[in-house]
Amino acid sequence: MLILQCPCCGVEAEETEFAGGGQAHLTRETVGASEENFEAYLFMRENPKGVHFERWRHANGCGKWFHAARCTVTLEVFGTYSAQTTRPPNEICDKITARRPGWSLKDWGSGKFA
Amino acid sequence: MSDAISALDGARSEGSAVVEELGLRGMITLRGDLSSKTVAAAVKNLTGLNLPQQRMCNSRAAYGVAWMSPDELLVMIPYGEAEAATAKIAGALAKEHALVVNVSDARAVFAIRGAGAREVLAKLAPVDLSKERFEPGQFRRTRLAQVPAAFWLRDPDRFELICFRSVAQYVFDLLKTSAAPGAEVGFL
Ligand SMILES: [Zn+2]
Repeated sequence: MLILQCPCCGVEAEETEFAGGGQAHLTRETVGASEENFEAYLFMRENPKGVHFERWRHANGCGKWFHAARCTVTLEVFGTYSAQTTRPPNEICDKITARRPGWSLKDWGSGKFA
Repeated sequence: MSDAISALDGARSEGSAVVEELGLRGMITLRGDLSSKTVAAAVKNLTGLNLPQQRMCNSRAAYGVAWMSPDELLVMIPYGEAEAATAKIAGALAKEHALVVNVSDARAVFAIRGAGAREVLAKLAPVDLSKERFEPGQFRRTRLAQVPAAFWLRDPDRFELICFRSVAQYVFDLLKTSAAPGAEVGFL
């Protein structure tokens, strides 16, 4: 069971108060995109063992979207942060590194932030 | 015009807590900039209440203002005043980026009171309802079993709860079952 803190209203609750929204920080490919990039945007997702970034919505609460950084193996939540950002903020990366020494955003997934 | 009645017409049940449907209540959803003085003034004008802090509900007699989200308030007033009040707030906020809607008929309101009230709710919602963590005035949007709901601690042993009118019977049955004699957990 995940316990998340909504950064929009400050409530800390278990996951049944929230709704998962899939992988975070996708680049929205649109008019003019190559077929490969458009296909990747629609269908291709990271499936990391360990640190992951996801979108969540406080569906049974304030209704807002936010981001969460968590571990897919242990369900540890490293932190939650604003939905209005295109990459994990430094303070979240620092929290992850503190718990997973040697971890680097550069190595996440297929190298989006490399 | 026909007489409006609430979903359960004042249904009541007594167990480890008294569960009671409170009849019709005027409710206005107000979305806008909660730091705006115009918004605060419009709400105060109507209810006599200041805007609540994050996750709080200010109450006075039949009036209330609840913090719903960083850009949303729920204004509670007597049912008969809702229509005129909605127009009044909307008028006051005409120059603001705001939304004002009368949602009175979309909701049901319950009171849960008595010594067992905290436990009756704690069995149904993923919320820490211990005395240290949930204090008078606190307001919480959450779920009750399978449906969205919001409740606040109006007085030390009295919660008020709102849900959608369409699930009023389901919510009443949940609360009644949770408060059934013999179903006490005795933890809170
Ligand atoms: Zn929230």
